Amino acid sequence: MTTATQAAGGGTDRLSLRKVLGPVHVWALGVGIVLVGEFTGWNFSLAKGGAWGALIACWYIGLLYTCVAMIDSEVTSTVAAAGGQYTQAKHIIGPLMAFNVGLYLVMAYTMLEASNAIVAADLIKSFAGETGYADLDVKPFIVLTIAVLAWLNYRGVYATLTVNFVITAIAFAAIIVLFFSVSPFQPGKVLLHKELFTDLPYGWIGAIGALQFGMWYYLGIEGTCQAAEEVRSAGRSIPLGTMSGMITLLIAASLTWYVASGLMPWQYLGQAYTPLYDAAKLTGGGALQAIMFVGTLFAALASANGCINDASRSWFSMGRDRYMPEWFGAVHPRYRTPYRAILFLIPIAVVFALLFYTRLDLVIGFSILSGLLGYTFMSFNMMRFRKLWPLGSIHRGYVHPFHPWTAIILLVLCAAVYFATYLGYSDMLLSIMAFYIVASLWFAFHRYKFVKRGDQFTMPWPRPKGY
Amino acid sequence: MNIWVLLSYAAWIISILLFGWMIMDAMAVGKQYQEDFLMSSREGEE
Repeated sequence: MTTATQAAGGGTDRLSLRKVLGPVHVWALGVGIVLVGEFTGWNFSLAKGGAWGALIACWYIGLLYTCVAMIDSEVTSTVAAAGGQYTQAKHIIGPLMAFNVGLYLVMAYTMLEASNAIVAADLIKSFAGETGYADLDVKPFIVLTIAVLAWLNYRGVYATLTVNFVITAIAFAAIIVLFFSVSPFQPGKVLLHKELFTDLPYGWIGAIGALQFGMWYYLGIEGTCQAAEEVRSAGRSIPLGTMSGMITLLIAASLTWYVASGLMPWQYLGQAYTPLYDAAKLTGGGALQAIMFVGTLFAALASANGCINDASRSWFSMGRDRYMPEWFGAVHPRYRTPYRAILFLIPIAVVFALLFYTRLDLVIGFSILSGLLGYTFMSFNMMRFRKLWPLGSIHRGYVHPFHPWTAIILLVLCAAVYFATYLGYSDMLLSIMAFYIVASLWFAFHRYKFVKRGDQFTMPWPRPKGY
Repeated sequence: MNIWVLLSYAAWIISILLFGWMIMDAMAVGKQYQEDFLMSSREGEE
């Protein structure tokens, strides 16, 4: 049996995740997870609020996520540890909140991974249909998507996120190509906004109902902080990668809305599965269709890839602190990845994808609500963070402006999205709340006794103010 | 046999091989290294 020192090879007796990432990888992780929402999903907001309602949702939720990105950047620039918001909650609020936030993260990313595998397989099926084979079974392609990406994640984070950077950049470039192919600066030539736009079809209540689907434009950008333990400089890379990612997404979301809503009526767009691919069919020849097909496929793969990365880091961190069985806190001695966490989450994603591949909205809905619970926590987390560790008491790589208004605005925006979700998916909202309440009871009465209460805090932070 | 049917079989086979490889590797690592070492990482360590 190899000794610890021999295996580490660097004179240390501890394993750690490999610190090899830079701001580009952080950007690739955040934008990679999210960009698929521009290719499919965001457009369901038109079914509730029409074109204007979708734009309101795009910018309203854009503001929500800007608050999320700023808060996340500040806190993560001080917490150079995997686990992201779970680790933040552990240090700043307490174990029950940390457990819940960790669970939100794992569920949100695993469900999103399953959804992306379904989208990728559906695309392959539609391509097969165009070649004359309409009866293709999507299941083997769902499983293949998860298998290949999990294997990539297992083998190392640098290659995983470098691949993510390349395919995400290609997917983003596809949106830019589509934008310039519709003569965007000559209204009425290709884009028919004046003819297609109507008032809010269901009034303001419809615009509020559209908010839930506006989440698709940005869902997952907060995942950048899962890379904190693997970046060379957390204080620099996380804020730079996250904020540049958020700017990229605001641009992509606005361009997507502008092009699609100028080409198709809201009644069609509100129920389309591949709106940008449909836009390419309407405007261009085979080349543009091929570009959008590749863009959609790459966006789905990049998202699934990033989700495997993030879900496994959350699960790994919870295992390391014994919030979950310690066995999951292992690091691969050669690849330096949380390999057991990656392996454990594979069958969960596969089962969800295979059981619910005809109910994409359900899987995505679970993911969105888990994410939303996490954002709600962030506003409380930020207030407490500034109170316990005021500016100057701890080194911050980034200090976000307008505190406490950012946290207050985030909380108000989240409340409106809960209301929007309740309007359309009240059963799902209540089911998910019940799930997390039951999980919390399990943690409080059973699991907490295994937690490493003192050992879990290894960050070199000063004592909080007032303690 | 249709090319898409062949691709479906190939997808199953590649998936099984990849899952199998990861499981075998994880088992080999578990045998080769001590459990304390595999779980020795600490948050925030350089």
